[in-house]
Amino acid sequence: MSVDPFSLQPILRRRLLPELLYWLLTRLTRLVTGAQARWAGCAPVPVQRIYFGNHNSHADFALIWSSLPDALRRVTRPVAGADYWESNRLRRYIIHRLLRGVVIERNRDGRTGDPVAQMATALRAGDSLILFPEGTRNTTDDILLPIKTGIYHLATACPDVELVPVWMENLGRLLPKGEIIPVPLLCSITFGAPLRIAQEEPRDAFLARIREALLQTMRSARPQEP
Amino acid sequence: MNGPHPSLPLLAGCIVLLAALTATSIWLKWRLADGQPHPLIDSVNQRIRGWWGMTLGLGLALLAGGTGVTLLFALLSFAALREFLTIAPTRRGDHSALIMAFFVVLPFQYLLVALDMRDFQAVFIPAYAFLFLPFFSALKSDPRDFTARTGTIQWGLMITVYCVSHIPALLSLPIAGFEGRNVFLIAFLVLVVQGGELFHHLCSRVCGGHLLAPQISPHLTREGFFAGTACATLLGITLSWMTPFSLWHAALASLAVSTLGTLGGLVMSAMKRDRGVKDWGANASSTGMLDRIESLCFAAPVFFHLIRHWYAAGN
Repeated sequence: MSVDPFSLQPILRRRLLPELLYWLLTRLTRLVTGAQARWAGCAPVPVQRIYFGNHNSHADFALIWSSLPDALRRVTRPVAGADYWESNRLRRYIIHRLLRGVVIERNRDGRTGDPVAQMATALRAGDSLILFPEGTRNTTDDILLPIKTGIYHLATACPDVELVPVWMENLGRLLPKGEIIPVPLLCSITFGAPLRIAQEEPRDAFLARIREALLQTMRSARPQEP
Repeated sequence: MNGPHPSLPLLAGCIVLLAALTATSIWLKWRLADGQPHPLIDSVNQRIRGWWGMTLGLGLALLAGGTGVTLLFALLSFAALREFLTIAPTRRGDHSALIMAFFVVLPFQYLLVALDMRDFQAVFIPAYAFLFLPFFSALKSDPRDFTARTGTIQWGLMITVYCVSHIPALLSLPIAGFEGRNVFLIAFLVLVVQGGELFHHLCSRVCGGHLLAPQISPHLTREGFFAGTACATLLGITLSWMTPFSLWHAALASLAVSTLGTLGGLVMSAMKRDRGVKDWGANASSTGMLDRIESLCFAAPVFFHLIRHWYAAGN
């Protein structure tokens, strides 16, 4: 029986190419960052979660994503800003086809979709999310930017999903905003203890807890004095 | 090639020696420590494990020839530089300088070694990288901690690239009557430096005495240092058959490299303490490459110069 080569082509493009790039992206990220995931506050188990991390570099996305075990990674979707990721074909391909990202419009003016509703829909479909509650990459000397309110609205909409803080060290030095070639410095990624929103928890108290959870994870990640 | 590879007997000897050491340490652990954690035996065991890696890596590279050895040390330099700069206080403005350090300076230095351009190899990093790299940082217009940043990058390049590159460079030194056996120089250097570090460590534990630098190394003592250096010098004399050295030269070279190695280790410990880490691989949650080779870094250039001065003068 002969195989029609033209019937194979779509399979190659739709199945094999994404799989190959997916594999390359995870391997390459691990190789360049040299990071091994430290699960300090929770275990890599198949529980629905919102992973929230500090944001210094585009490599953040790739690192959290690559640090998850394959089974978890396939049901975890990064939340990404439309202004950046929809701006050209390559980025659209990466965010939609490879990462299955939830693309939201960050700019309040003139947006059509509701970002919180989009994220909540993804959670209700059973997927986990990766998001950066600072809203944008931190290029300042401060350790964290102010936490945006989005994560509070999302947690209120889906109060049963646990929130896992993720602290990444050195990625801002590996690939700072605006640079193309990464410096192969060693990075680290630490997953902290999960938290949930309490009933009727005030917004500012919750945001303060989110911030403190990130800083707590950072402290557990820093090497101890000899 | 005719006959067996010249480094095969050496390699076999090292493997037998390591196997004997491993067996002894397992026996000691079982007899003395009853399988419980024991600081002295465990630290020796950790060294022995490192030596296995070193011997097997170097052995494979030796069988691959001079280019293999140069490539191996280029990779070691890369890993060590990566660990060093990971905990260096650099800022965003140093990005281009760091890219240059990893992807231009390091490969170029090893290219010079491979091409045997000894004179340029000796000045490339100390003079040219030293002069040119800070330009890249200065052009980013961020003066904060500038001296510390550029100083640390240069220091990292000197230790992890410049110094380490002297080890494969030993292979191309022309020594009359010693052709084809230069590999033994690397083996001699590694054995005496690593042996010297172990002797210093053991003698300090056994003899006790006055601590040399208690804030940096809580173990190393003055008495242990002198006794260890004497042992390392004896080791060098007994290994002089591997080298073109007379007994006197073997003793002097061993005295020099074992002293440099251990004091170099002390310098690196001071840096690690300054940065608040136990070892260079802290970020990767494992013992780093630089932890294993730091004492060799300090000994290699002086060893190279001694041999060049004594046996390859004019080259």
